[in-house]
Amino acid sequence: MASRVLCSLVLLLGVTATRVSHAETELVVATVNNGHMITMQKLTKFFEQANPDIKIKWVTLEEGVLRQRVTTDIATKGGQFDVMTIGMYETPIWGKKGWLRELKPDAGYDVNDMLPAIRSGLSVDGKLFAAPFYGESSMLMYRKDLADKAGVTLPERPTWEQVKNLAAKIHDPKAGVYGICLRGKPGWGDNMAFLTTLVNTFGGQWFDMTWKPQLDTKPWKDAISFYVDIMTKYGPPGSASNSFNEILALYNEGKCGMWIDATIAASFISDPKQSKVADKVAFAQAPTAVTPKGANWLWAWTLAIPASSAKVEAAQKFIFWATSKEYIKLVGKEVGWANVPTGTRKSTYAIPEFQKAARFADAEKKAIDSANPTDSTLPKSPYVGVQFAAIPEFQAIGIAVGQQMSSALAGQTSVDEALKASQLAADRQMRKAKYYK
Amino acid sequence: MKRFVPRMLLVPAVGTLFLWMIVPLAMTIYFSLISYNLMEPGDHDFVGLDNFTFFLTDPSFYTAVINTLVLLGSVVVLTVLFGVAMALLIDQPFPGRGIVRVLLISPFFVMPTVNALMWKHMMMNPIYGVLAQLWKLFGATPVDWMTDHPLFSVIVMVSWQWLPFATLIFMTALQSMNREQLEASRMDGATYLQQVRYLYLPHLGRSIAVVIMIEAIFLMSVFAEIFTTTGGGPGDASTNVAFLIFKEALLNFDVGVASAGALFAVVLANIAAIFLIRLVGKNLDR
Repeated sequence: MASRVLCSLVLLLGVTATRVSHAETELVVATVNNGHMITMQKLTKFFEQANPDIKIKWVTLEEGVLRQRVTTDIATKGGQFDVMTIGMYETPIWGKKGWLRELKPDAGYDVNDMLPAIRSGLSVDGKLFAAPFYGESSMLMYRKDLADKAGVTLPERPTWEQVKNLAAKIHDPKAGVYGICLRGKPGWGDNMAFLTTLVNTFGGQWFDMTWKPQLDTKPWKDAISFYVDIMTKYGPPGSASNSFNEILALYNEGKCGMWIDATIAASFISDPKQSKVADKVAFAQAPTAVTPKGANWLWAWTLAIPASSAKVEAAQKFIFWATSKEYIKLVGKEVGWANVPTGTRKSTYAIPEFQKAARFADAEKKAIDSANPTDSTLPKSPYVGVQFAAIPEFQAIGIAVGQQMSSALAGQTSVDEALKASQLAADRQMRKAKYYK
Repeated sequence: MKRFVPRMLLVPAVGTLFLWMIVPLAMTIYFSLISYNLMEPGDHDFVGLDNFTFFLTDPSFYTAVINTLVLLGSVVVLTVLFGVAMALLIDQPFPGRGIVRVLLISPFFVMPTVNALMWKHMMMNPIYGVLAQLWKLFGATPVDWMTDHPLFSVIVMVSWQWLPFATLIFMTALQSMNREQLEASRMDGATYLQQVRYLYLPHLGRSIAVVIMIEAIFLMSVFAEIFTTTGGGPGDASTNVAFLIFKEALLNFDVGVASAGALFAVVLANIAAIFLIRLVGKNLDR
């Protein structure tokens, strides 16, 4: 009995001794549950083989939960995560607050290969605070067959008037085709992402240089009235609760004549396995009205390191691996060129296999290149961001305004009432956050 | 001395429970009185009742409270009514009763978000939903449930999910029904409805009270269904207190206002609970 206990104790000691002497670094990576990240988890073994002293532990969460957990952790210096997946919204805010570690890649990483718009959206004062593994903009995706039947050709960068005219011609509810489908579900990343670009192109902005909300100004009124008008006349029913997934389902069934949304949608609607109209879609840049500034949005999912991290070197190694040219080629080889994460590097678009697998690649690159988060409104703005304002208060303001816009779309309030209520909500939040008295 | 030892022996258990309750409550009260925003790491100044004022002066506050009470009341009424009806229906043995019971109970195990999305996309979608197809079959224009009747849609989703709970409780309660009394009443010439009124319902009185109280506690914090389907909208038509706290405080990472809102929700829940207990408790002492 005693010898058995002694044996097990010696074994335990031996095991712990080997663990301690191995000096393995474990990186906890918090990430969002989208396709690109799931692929990255599958390919982690390649990284661990090349770096045997680093082990990756994945924590996968849904976007809303991820945002909450990661924000709480970094604000309270919890130290739970060594690498965080954050978006283009958090990066400028946290970078400015000094919550993120500046990333210093070596020459082999070729940081100049990064698309300039994405790079500027992830930097503060020229310092890069997060590395992008996926980027997107927004563009117009329309049914070429319906446009041809109506005898209309759209230019590469159409105006909203042209879009409205085409929607009027192809709108045919009896045949089950609605002229145009746009987002309507309330949310700062749902309907407000699209509506902000609409307001931008009508010459509006969220806040003027003194941080006062501008929702009661003429560009907002023009933009939202146009939106409610075009959706009431040529949009599908139930638009007030439609976001990306709902409209994707409608488009794939052939029910939408036109759609303006994330460039990644193009890959789904032109995939014959998912879409009934895969061979009938054409792409154009997002429509403009008064100005082309801010007409198409810019978003990136990125990997960043909290400033209080003790494993900076290992974390940087992982981040640079996951966002490198080699990783993109790895995904193309192992998983397929149609699943390669796009919107980050110029070199991706030059790969012939990728160009063949992604018909929308040219339009997407053009859209991303034309977006500028530091200059996306006609009048000068104090904030950074195309389809959002990179301030912490924006999430709450965004959803409050989003709810009002949804109500206007549903016809439950007039556009003027909705804008007045939105201005009040935005003013309340900005006052509470002490931007002005 | 005789009572001292047993009481002392209870101290560890009672003490743990007391700490378990008082520490979070005290911290919430503390947070509600200071200015604490996770995005602003600075001094946490004492601001008195400012957080409460901010929460209570929200333009949607009054609507949120009304919506919460309407949601709560409607779901309770619907689940109790249909729960009793279902339980009575499956009370008598019939072939396949076991399977029917399992099927009737299953909706309760579906996750709230899955439940909500299923109703939103499969049933209530005005273009390709089941209800839309049904409406078109009869030649009517489909109803846009989420846009025109958002709160009603949420009530339907939540009732569908909680109906099995009520049915289960009532079904079990009916097992202990006095069958001889039922037979005797039938021989005395009582109709089924009279049996329900004078025999079944009094017997179910206690379980109805239990169902109402449990549902009242849980339905105060309905959030997942609203978040995934209507986003509280259009406007604030389907915003309840839980969603309002989320919108005003959690999205802003404002711990102070969130705590103030949570304390208000506690007060609201207590008022509703006292009212309901009074209403149902009167019948229990018979």
